[in-house]
Amino acid sequence: MNRTIKALLYPYVVWIAMMIVVPFFLIFFYSITQSRPDSPAIFRFTLQHYREFFKTENINILSKSVILAVETTILCLVLGYPAAWIISKTNVNIQNMILLLFILPMWINMLLRTYAWQVILSRTGLLYTDTAVVIGMVYNFIPFMVLPIYTAITKIDKSLIEAANDLGASSKEAFLKVVFPLSMPGVITGIVMVFLPAVSAFAIPRLLGGGQYVLIGNLIEKQFYLLNNWNFGSAVSVILMILILISMRFMRKSGEISGRGGAILW
Amino acid sequence: MKRFFLVIFTVVAVFFITACSNKNQGGNDSGKQVLNVFNWGEYIGFDPVTINGVTYDNVIDAFEKIYNVKVNYETFDSNEAMYTKLIAGDARYDVIIPSDYMIERLIKQDRLNKIDFSLIPNYSLISQDIVNKLDEEYPDIEMNDYVVPYFYGTVGIVYDKTKVTKTVDSWSILWDEDYKKKIFMYDSQRDSLMVALKLLGYSMNTHDLDELQQAKEKLIEQKPLVYAYVGDSVDQQMIDGEAYLAVVYSGDAAYIMYNNPNMSFAIPKEGTNFWIDSMVIPKTSQNVELAHKFINFMISPEIARANTEYVMYTTPVEQVFNEVIEEDWANNYAYNPTIIDVFGGNIQTEVFRDPGDFIKEYDKIWSEVLSPERNYIVPIVIGGVVIIGLVAYLVLKKRKNRVY
Repeated sequence: MNRTIKALLYPYVVWIAMMIVVPFFLIFFYSITQSRPDSPAIFRFTLQHYREFFKTENINILSKSVILAVETTILCLVLGYPAAWIISKTNVNIQNMILLLFILPMWINMLLRTYAWQVILSRTGLLYTDTAVVIGMVYNFIPFMVLPIYTAITKIDKSLIEAANDLGASSKEAFLKVVFPLSMPGVITGIVMVFLPAVSAFAIPRLLGGGQYVLIGNLIEKQFYLLNNWNFGSAVSVILMILILISMRFMRKSGEISGRGGAILW
Repeated sequence: MKRFFLVIFTVVAVFFITACSNKNQGGNDSGKQVLNVFNWGEYIGFDPVTINGVTYDNVIDAFEKIYNVKVNYETFDSNEAMYTKLIAGDARYDVIIPSDYMIERLIKQDRLNKIDFSLIPNYSLISQDIVNKLDEEYPDIEMNDYVVPYFYGTVGIVYDKTKVTKTVDSWSILWDEDYKKKIFMYDSQRDSLMVALKLLGYSMNTHDLDELQQAKEKLIEQKPLVYAYVGDSVDQQMIDGEAYLAVVYSGDAAYIMYNNPNMSFAIPKEGTNFWIDSMVIPKTSQNVELAHKFINFMISPEIARANTEYVMYTTPVEQVFNEVIEEDWANNYAYNPTIIDVFGGNIQTEVFRDPGDFIKEYDKIWSEVLSPERNYIVPIVIGGVVIIGLVAYLVLKKRKNRVY
């Protein structure tokens, strides 16, 4: 029996190997080599692509991407936490209904929804500005903030809040000292899950930002799609991956510390 | 363990078998020959077309049914994207339709087959002006041995004559503060740099770094006035009147003017780009004979007419051009280049040349134009967030160790 279950795992292992591990090594390999544009088989090892990245214009691109992603994440958190809190307070039947409403738009292709925003925003004169990009990203990514926070809040043992009230805590104090710290794992997961796609987004900034400037996602896309410079594109991807890994590690640490007892969804 | 390897082997084998069968694009599909065509988006007739009394859904459908073949039709949105896909993948295309300067690069890299003109009887219908133009502009390569022209045109400014009261006869109108945030530019480095270089009075094929630098500064100066840098979507957005001025290819301008009578077209006096998109057969083609049939079919009068009426770019098939001009668009300034005397030399035009390795400088200049402004707030905010995070981390850690 146990063996059959193990055998069921093999296709997944193979899938992971072919679709994640091998491509990752390819990207890493491209990032540290330079090949002739016409014949990829001839190459030499070099770090020039990483050096090239640390030019002012690329640093500007990176900081612009990070700032837009941070704005998106903060807005998602500010809007998403109360939403998750309110949902968790409502009657269970209504809860499922509201959650469904949150997930429903995700059944429609992201590009279609972004095109719809293009029409809406062009009427208000906001189209092709930073604000438009942030609105588009908040709209697209807010379910990833609400759902983990909601899960974390519903998992909190009600008796803890009752105990806090019994011991004389006002409902505000109970929220700040009990509910909020215990929902931290959900918040951390939410932040990670919004920040990651936001920092590397390229379709939304292009459709709603009007191509006024390049973001890190566009920079990578362009190297592969237009400029045929896979090596530099790979180097930028690796740098972005390293930054994401560092920030995830950092978030996870603080999540572990603040969220004792809570489950980390990530 | 043995079983583990067996499973892996099976999965990998299945993967490779499917991968290989996909690669075999030239192979049989229920006995039919297959033709792989790679063209610009929105660049072929999609309206029903009637040939010898039989009506077909569109041009591709007509070719498939008349020749009893299957066409795999794929599109690209820029010459550069086409080139990347052509040389990177192992997709084998039989017919590609890129622009002149990209064909020049492909010829120099020996990636194209010569056309066998004995298989293209309709070639005699192509306007001699166009053939001569290619000979004149690309004297160092025998371009006409490799191509059959498909569409040609210029680049100019389409503008809303109800909103733009000043005379539009110069690229400098795109730097006019009065039209702030009402200007569309192309998100294409060669076209946008062409505008700036022409305005400055330089060649759009310049190899002078100083001239490129000036063009870059000009484009950065223009950035606050630009509503958006767009691609093909500019057609619909100008028809909807979202902006007052846009840099567009002449065929797009013809289409926009046809659908929105408020729009007008102007070729700036500083000169512009004259381009010819042609059909070519790459060396990797698996079915050269069928490719020739397709090319011949595309310039046959009925089909050339269906194509030009649908996409509204100017056809090099002379007889069709004359018919269309007479019946429909005699005054469509953008469709009819003879009105603006492109061949007579009254308008200064230039064709794009492939800059070879110097393209890196163009890439660099353009990415500098599109790089975000230096922003000191950003590092400060990021620094602030990191410090707050660290403080919070330390406080929480301390609290954890406290004994209640």
